[in-house]
Amino acid sequence: MSGPSTYNPSTGIEKWLDDRLPIIRLGYDSFVDFPTPRNLNYWWTFGGILAVFLMIQIVSGIVLAMHYVAHEDYAFESVQRITRDVPFGWLIQSMHANGASFFFVAVYLHMFRGLYYGSYKAPREVLWILGVVIYLLMMATGFMGYVLPWGQMSYWGAMVITNLIGALPFIGDALREWLWGGFSVGQSTLNRFFSLHYLLPFVIAAVVGLHIWALHVPGNGNPVGLETRKGKDNKKDTLPFHPYYTVKDGFAIIVYLMVFAVFVFFLPTVLGHADNYIEADPLVTPAHIVPEWYYLPFYAILRAITFDIGPIDAKLGGVLAMFGAIGILFVLPWLDTSKVRSMRYRPLTRWFFIFFVVAALGLGWCGAVNPDDFVLGITGFKFLYLGQFLTFYYFAYFIIVLPVMGIIEKPKERPASIEAAVLGSDKA
Amino acid sequence: MTEENGAPGADGQEPSRRDFIYIAAGGAAAVGGGLVAWPFIDQMNPAADTLALGSIRVDVSVVAVGSEVTVMWRGGPVFIRHRTEEEIAEAQSVELDALPDEEARNDNLPTGTPGTDANRVLRPEFLIVKGNCTHLGCVPLGLGANTGDYDGWYCPCHGSHYDTSARIRRGPAPENLPVPDYFFETETTVKIGLSPEEASNSGWAVS
Ligand code: HEM
Ligand code: FES
Repeated sequence: MSGPSTYNPSTGIEKWLDDRLPIIRLGYDSFVDFPTPRNLNYWWTFGGILAVFLMIQIVSGIVLAMHYVAHEDYAFESVQRITRDVPFGWLIQSMHANGASFFFVAVYLHMFRGLYYGSYKAPREVLWILGVVIYLLMMATGFMGYVLPWGQMSYWGAMVITNLIGALPFIGDALREWLWGGFSVGQSTLNRFFSLHYLLPFVIAAVVGLHIWALHVPGNGNPVGLETRKGKDNKKDTLPFHPYYTVKDGFAIIVYLMVFAVFVFFLPTVLGHADNYIEADPLVTPAHIVPEWYYLPFYAILRAITFDIGPIDAKLGGVLAMFGAIGILFVLPWLDTSKVRSMRYRPLTRWFFIFFVVAALGLGWCGAVNPDDFVLGITGFKFLYLGQFLTFYYFAYFIIVLPVMGIIEKPKERPASIEAAVLGSDKA
Repeated sequence: MTEENGAPGADGQEPSRRDFIYIAAGGAAAVGGGLVAWPFIDQMNPAADTLALGSIRVDVSVVAVGSEVTVMWRGGPVFIRHRTEEEIAEAQSVELDALPDEEARNDNLPTGTPGTDANRVLRPEFLIVKGNCTHLGCVPLGLGANTGDYDGWYCPCHGSHYDTSARIRRGPAPENLPVPDYFFETETTVKIGLSPEEASNSGWAVS
């Protein structure tokens, strides 16, 4: 897709097909001979890992759907039956439930990679935005999937999140009833969540197609943040995707799958919550409602807003902050004013980035505990205050640090080319 | 645009008949699109049978003074508390301006009715309210567990305190627990889901 095609159909059948539907050419140009920067490190392997996990979720999910019953009286039992009675159901259910977690681990690493190496900057803004769209769709899919087993956390998680919608002015109540299809989370809600949970992964697959299309126009970024040179120097900066990166990606995928297998086989329930093995009860709320781990930082941001901001009351403010935390990623390419992509050459911003990662993890911690507990037992230092400070930093990183640093920071000297960075002197 | 079918239109001049057709066709397509979209949006609203699943009958004679029960109505909890004299007195003594939410939130009464205790009950001894916290929907704890700082209900999710009239007094919940439509069918049975007015209009015995 970038540069002229180098595909040469070798057999008669391939020639025949190439004149009618050049699909082999597309695959060849995209995944075999695609010129890829020669200096990609392992942070670049998570895209391939994500593609594998999307397939794992779709295949295991279609199998689960053959046995799952989307009814408030049978859903819980049907999932138990899958894990106990259906042949290999224990395996497939465990792959699906843990696969969601591994999917999110990979997407977070993939996104932090983008933040560190400036992958969102021109000319890759659309590529980045499509990535944020995929992430949002994954959040929605994971949320609705977690409702399906109809345990206590399923039910009350759905209750809390749909009630957040009720915070919207004027339309909130009507919108909430519309989502529920009734007067509470119930049968209609479960049934439609199942329908959408089945649908959205295929929408994700379609957006992934666009994401890769947008990737293959400018080509991959890379750790030094320089573009590959055009013309005859291009060969010096790049390697063909196959075999160099098929092997590197393949190796990373195998290692990641090995860790995944440890969870699937030996720790199938550690990432779940004990309360979700109690069937949903609309009359009893669990003592602590916590979402799945991958939502915890946003849950902390939601709970950090405990005060009214002008005409916006605390509840709506929390909802806006939570969605704003993701929404701000859409405009990130225009907030970062620095022309230097890679943090390797941004001595100050690099530290702000490292603290941003710490803040994100810290928010996850705040989301998991009671906001009124004390951090490390220090009397008076509530998790609420930590959460508020980290929420402030989360937004400040995008709204203050990145715009200002691009103007005041003096970047380090960068190598002349990717070739020089990899093959040249040790200095680069 | 050149003259067509005798229409007097050229660039920057009078709109031609063709311009009119473009706009009319575009407008019709937009309206048509909206008309087609609406059924696909509206189907998600509560269905007729869900709406019809309106009312339940509860025998309140089993609820002793100073105790409460939780019943399921429309997929969610409803609290019925048989209040003691002290609880009633406590609820009645509260000044309106001490309430974070001054509205009655009573489905039987028009919106904007002040939230005095009298406006939240049909009979002072029985308080009947929907049991989902108005913050994020948890079921608050009540008698026998934790009645909070105002002797009513306490929501452990984020710490909302409700008083003996189930009005929010402190915490993040924005509104009082709402009072559903209900009426007394006999001295001891309550029908939840119809207001006294609706009930007598449709020929129910209202006690
Ligand atoms: C983006 C991909 C997907 C993600 C992130 C995802 C996530 C989840 C999660 C978190 C659960 C709850 C698991 C548990 O705690 O037990 C779940 C359940 C379920 N999912 Fe998915 N899913 C995905 C794709 C699919 C697809 C494509 C289908 C169907 C074709 C599907 C069908 C199901 C079914 C039937 C359940 C209920 C059984 C169970 O709880 O294990 N999922 N999903
Ligand atoms: S849901 Fe009751 S206080 Fe938040």
